[in-house]
Amino acid sequence: MDMPPLLSIMIFLPLICAIMVALIRGEKGDEAVIEKNVKHLSLFSALFVFAFSVFMYLKYDPLATDFQFVEKITWFGENGINYHLGIDGISVYFVLLSAFLTPICIYISWFSVKKRVKEYMIAFLMLESFMIGTFAALDSILFYVFFEAVLIPMFLIIGIWGGPRRVYASYKFFLYTLLGSVLMLLALLTLYAKVGATDIPTLIANPVDFGLQKWLWLAFFASFAVKMPMWPVHTWLPDAHVEAPTAGSVILAGVLLKMGGYGFLRFSLPMLPEASLYFAPMVLWLSVIAIIYTSLVALVQEDMKKLIAYSSVAHMGFVTLGIFSFNQQGIEGAIFQMISHGVISAALFLCVGVVYDRLHTREISRYGGIVKNMPAYATVFMIFMLGSVGLPGTSGFVGEFLSLLGAFKANTLIAFFATSGVVLGAAYMLVLYRRVVFGPQNNDDASRMPDLTSPEKIVLLPLVALVFYLGIFPTVVLSKLEPAVTNITSIYDALPANRELSVVPLDNVSDSGELNDAEGENKTEQP
Amino acid sequence: MELVAVFLPLFAFVIAGLFGKQIGDKGCQFVTTASVIVAALASISLFFTVIFTEGMVNGMYVTTLSNWIVSGDFNVKWSLRIDQLTVVMMCVVNIVSACVHVYSIGYMSHDKSKGRFMAYLSLFTFAMLMLVTSDNLLQLFFGWEGVGVASYLLIGFWNHKHSANAAAQKAFIVNRVGDFGLALGIMATFVVFGSIQFSQIFQDPSQYAETTFNFLGFELHALTVICLLLFTGAVGKSAQLGLHTWLPDAMEGPTPVSALIHAATMVTAGVFLVARFSPVFEYAPTALMVVTIFGATTAFVAATIGLTQYDIKRVIAYSTMSQLGYMFFALGVSAYGAAIFHLMTHAFFKALLFLGAGSVIHALSDEQDMRNMGGIWKKIPTTYAMMWIGSLALAGVWPFAGYFSKDIILESAWADHSWFGDYAYLMGITAAFMTAFYSWRLIIMTFHGKPRASKEVMSHVHESPSVMLLPLVVLASGAILAGMMFYGGFVGSSSTSHGGGHNAALSGEVSEIIPAAGDDEHHGQASTEDAIETHHETETSHKVSHENSHDAPMVNTWSRDYFWHDALFVLPENDTIEAAHGAPFWVKKLPLLAGALGILMAYIMYMFLPTLPSKVVGIFKPLHTLFFNKWFFDQIYNAVFVKNAVRLGRVFWASDKNIIDTVGPDGVAGFSNRLAGNLSKFQSGFVYQYALVMIITLICLVSWFAFKADPSFYTVKEISIIQEVSE
Repeated sequence: MDMPPLLSIMIFLPLICAIMVALIRGEKGDEAVIEKNVKHLSLFSALFVFAFSVFMYLKYDPLATDFQFVEKITWFGENGINYHLGIDGISVYFVLLSAFLTPICIYISWFSVKKRVKEYMIAFLMLESFMIGTFAALDSILFYVFFEAVLIPMFLIIGIWGGPRRVYASYKFFLYTLLGSVLMLLALLTLYAKVGATDIPTLIANPVDFGLQKWLWLAFFASFAVKMPMWPVHTWLPDAHVEAPTAGSVILAGVLLKMGGYGFLRFSLPMLPEASLYFAPMVLWLSVIAIIYTSLVALVQEDMKKLIAYSSVAHMGFVTLGIFSFNQQGIEGAIFQMISHGVISAALFLCVGVVYDRLHTREISRYGGIVKNMPAYATVFMIFMLGSVGLPGTSGFVGEFLSLLGAFKANTLIAFFATSGVVLGAAYMLVLYRRVVFGPQNNDDASRMPDLTSPEKIVLLPLVALVFYLGIFPTVVLSKLEPAVTNITSIYDALPANRELSVVPLDNVSDSGELNDAEGENKTEQP
Repeated sequence: MELVAVFLPLFAFVIAGLFGKQIGDKGCQFVTTASVIVAALASISLFFTVIFTEGMVNGMYVTTLSNWIVSGDFNVKWSLRIDQLTVVMMCVVNIVSACVHVYSIGYMSHDKSKGRFMAYLSLFTFAMLMLVTSDNLLQLFFGWEGVGVASYLLIGFWNHKHSANAAAQKAFIVNRVGDFGLALGIMATFVVFGSIQFSQIFQDPSQYAETTFNFLGFELHALTVICLLLFTGAVGKSAQLGLHTWLPDAMEGPTPVSALIHAATMVTAGVFLVARFSPVFEYAPTALMVVTIFGATTAFVAATIGLTQYDIKRVIAYSTMSQLGYMFFALGVSAYGAAIFHLMTHAFFKALLFLGAGSVIHALSDEQDMRNMGGIWKKIPTTYAMMWIGSLALAGVWPFAGYFSKDIILESAWADHSWFGDYAYLMGITAAFMTAFYSWRLIIMTFHGKPRASKEVMSHVHESPSVMLLPLVVLASGAILAGMMFYGGFVGSSSTSHGGGHNAALSGEVSEIIPAAGDDEHHGQASTEDAIETHHETETSHKVSHENSHDAPMVNTWSRDYFWHDALFVLPENDTIEAAHGAPFWVKKLPLLAGALGILMAYIMYMFLPTLPSKVVGIFKPLHTLFFNKWFFDQIYNAVFVKNAVRLGRVFWASDKNIIDTVGPDGVAGFSNRLAGNLSKFQSGFVYQYALVMIITLICLVSWFAFKADPSFYTVKEISIIQEVSE
């Protein structure tokens, strides 16, 4: 290909810049200058990466079904680990999202981060590099390395720049993810032992037998479910969010949570189709529980960040719901939901950050009536709140509706319960908004807060535009997703056992009573 | 034209919303009001082009704007469907909205954020237009939720008030419960029909008449399920029994909002939805039955509550709910035309009543309690007259609009000859009596008797400025004339050839009345269209032929079939409107009698024997308590749903901490700490240690597995992992 190795550039540019940032030194007393240089260098490198990602997006061929921008360098041995990169319609958006949110994070930390600025910027640049690597890797071991490496800077961001209980939070985060990643590594090694390759396309092309699939699926599931996070392994998320600095929360909610969903789409679904079908009812029910359970929990939160963190778990429930309905609408909806959640929840955390920077508390009751002194903030917050609620016309609606539609096709009972999350979602977000923004002004300090500053506006306005743009013209995204998603669904359409789960009879009479009680065992045994 | 009618309000919203500061309050008022007036003119012109197309050609057309959601075989476009039902709705929405915009300039003149208010009104108008012009269920849902948000913003407009915020929040969440059903209905429609495009769904729903599909584990009749799910949405939006609790509370919003959203337009969206889906509902008789029962019961229950309330706006709100009930049972007995007819007349007279009430409230320095009113009719004569017109129309007195629309509904219910039709007729007659009663109770308590307001307030009582009275006059002319004028088109007998004097007289009248009906501004527009219309009149012949649509322009446009074309669909055997024309005399006159009795009763109780009401209350104490407390819906919902949701949330949250964490991470940590035997060091350790621990653990595990599993594999690859991880 004539194209320069864009993906490698995007992965290594932040790393190189991180090293350069580390090398910036000066005399004692020059701290201000050093800090300034550090910030500028980091921001510019992040912006460059973003520019590259946009360029890549524009060059991306939406019709091709194969991976694009492929780079493949033999790394260890002929059949061994390759440095293999490439993107398809799914990963292109996650790369874009990572590259989009990183400069925002760096920019909003401009004024709020005071200690160890250099290390902070290094952490973010490394994070960006690893995130893009995760989404671009086409070799399972390479994926694993990036996937795990992401944790290190995130871990540091929470642990060093976090709130008072940061140690507990970061170590809870670590414990959960460690368990999952170990199992995933075992699975990858087993796959290598069986198939003799670590290359993802090769692994997809050579499925293993069903007995092994089940074990491998569970191992992958342990890792991805924690990352999503799915109920009941979600409890690290609220703590991590609450303690993380604003930018950390933004990246955590915006990108890191998507790695689980991405993993399902890249590994579990195409590599282990029979096992995925077998476990689908479990995942669907867990998703339903997640949606209802965490929505109710969100309803009673007193901490703004915790509330949004719980809402993230609920929203991710829609993602798993869509993915495991194995049809076009469900999977596309799930991916769209991830993208949209990446924008909206990031924006919501930014909104919390705005008032946190002024009052240094996340307690909902410390605010109230701030629409009076912060009208612009109230408007912006309102838009993201409505996006999170899934108002048609905002990006939140498209993903939520499509994944529910997919689920409805697969199983009406599950879709019924999941749709009730729409009501609960409205409840907790409106309660939050009302308590923070509306009402009488009871807190003097809250009523004295100044409105959005220009840097805050610069950060938030593109997000507002994106929420509407994606909500009104989602085809821009959906059309590029289609080939990649069709690749996955075609695997399932070919499976005879799938007939019952994903195809609701359109003809006059359906004979399947098991439709709702999707017993995996029946499925795989039936021809 | 349709683009102007739909998107001009959006344009106004964007201008007033984004540049409100720059153009000032005056600028906002001008931009929004002018835009909506132009949009109203555009919709009137659309009305004439679509309804009075040459001959029997269906004037319906669809304008596609762009793709919205395309995912596999799920394909939804942004498009505007302009058909007969749509143009009627567009006229109602835009005309009432234009009146309310003008009125608001006067009503909100003391408010600090006029610009914001006007912007929200325009946003609402846009969303409502998107709802009625949509060509698929999803865009309808877009408008549906859009009006919900606009309503949320406007109810909570005075956001410093606790009660206003609570009401706004309640309205949104209760509506969401309905939307939950609607969303499921959309999904079910897609699964059954393979599309949510109206043109495709309505093409031939009869082929699915026998279809069943598995829903929630039961094998159910597909069309019934779809219709009931869609109806759930309608119940929420149109405040039918069960999901109505938000509507009375919504009166916290400024009065123009109540007139526009909670009387004339948004709350009728449910009626519109069911009418739009008439081709599907026709094949789901069970669903129709449910709709009838819901509507009839709502009409009755709401009227009983209306009897006892003291807040002037709440009385009108319950009356709205009750009238919506009428519309629904009309839909239920397949009298779709009658329902839309009542929707239109109701929009005029109810908006009139609300704006009149607003004028009263304005005059009495924001007093809403009727117990603190009275004795003001001489001071505000125009408002008083307007309230009379509105009430006469509401009570269904000839020749006011309500007489025509309410009667045809009740007659249709009777003509359905089913037990639920009879039930609806009975409930409707009772409700008609109560409606008349509480309307005059309202008038008498508000305007007559001794002044009960404080002296200070009384000294300030003044007639509203003409900017507020002018819209009232426009609406009042609608409340007087709309019934007579449109009877033939909306519900008239379809057998025009021998329709007899009644119909012919009405259609003859039309040509004279139309120019007067339009606002002064559209006089020119109306008269040109009128010419076309008369042209049809003269060419009306006895020949009615369905086949040669192009060769037969000689059709009376002003009769039901040619007015609605395919926009409303009724199976011939369900055509109750047709049957209603042949209803016996007593069926036709009973509603009028009930209304007259109600008025008389109100006069007796409140004018001539003012001590009587308290005695009656004393006698029927339990009943009065039930009505006065709105049948305890709020209390029950609060106890059952709200409290339990919060309780459950607390329980789950506690289980997060106490069960999941204890067993999970904390348990594991505790265990490993005991192993390490050195808790304090571990906890206070520097964070980098954790990263180190993590990497080391990883490496150890990898090596262990790799060595054990396959030594040959290990030797090369594992090193690379170590290298990568440590990087």
